[in-house]
Amino acid sequence: MANEYADHTTLRSPLGRVRGLGSAKSGTMHWWHQRVTSALLLPLTLWFALSAALLAGASHAETVAWIARPHNAVLLLATIGLSFHHTAAGMQVILEDYVNQEWLRMGAVLAVKTICSLLALASALAVLRIAI
Amino acid sequence: MSIMQDGREATMVGRRTDGSTIKRPLSPHLQVYDMLQLTSALSISSRITGAAWGVGLGLLVWWLVAAASGPSAFATVQWFMSSWLGLLGLFGMTGAAWYHTLNGVRHLAWDAGYGYDIPSTYRSGRIVLVGTVVMTLLTWIIASIVWA
Repeated sequence: MANEYADHTTLRSPLGRVRGLGSAKSGTMHWWHQRVTSALLLPLTLWFALSAALLAGASHAETVAWIARPHNAVLLLATIGLSFHHTAAGMQVILEDYVNQEWLRMGAVLAVKTICSLLALASALAVLRIAI
Repeated sequence: MSIMQDGREATMVGRRTDGSTIKRPLSPHLQVYDMLQLTSALSISSRITGAAWGVGLGLLVWWLVAAASGPSAFATVQWFMSSWLGLLGLFGMTGAAWYHTLNGVRHLAWDAGYGYDIPSTYRSGRIVLVGTVVMTLLTWIIASIVWA
């Protein structure tokens, strides 16, 4: 009974609840995903930077053979997925911080997510076509 | 007070002692903030290099899609990448990527609760700058040796 008042009281506005804003639950998800993807991208980026440097001047046949190796294909797919996820999340934060008009901000965030998803799918398809 | 354009401005409304409303200043206060301190310059650079890397990902997509579509499309990519504009872009991209990566590690350390005091912040900032130069040059030295 002592908590009856607390159970029926919220500091979140109805609009805030509808939009999923606030201090808990999915409110921290975006931030957390950015950190997790950045941590995963650290080893992947080191691997890709070294691989790209070693592929400098490689012919089409050599490049395709490198991509087709199963471990390279898998790591490339992981790099593609995580990179575009991290990029979309980062661009979203930048847009949310600097774009003032709500319709423009929402439209820009959706456009960035769409473009990132399509580019990720296109690169994944390219890797799979070479590897399979 | 002007009409609000943005719902978030509602959290920035204050009142003067006479009761009239006033719009509180937005932080960081760009008018009084020195954007050329090492700390703030590195902070905004992190965003800029992140956005630049996002553009650079387009090169990765182009490279992969061209490799999948065949030798002639791949030759076009190689022609561009080995042109002076392509090399300049790739070099800038390498620098931006290394900066964003190293400063990202700095941010992860902050998120874990380390290195918050001012001397540590400046020291880690300088390490990131030196690290960026070293790793960018190292990447291109490896690439040049392989290419030659």
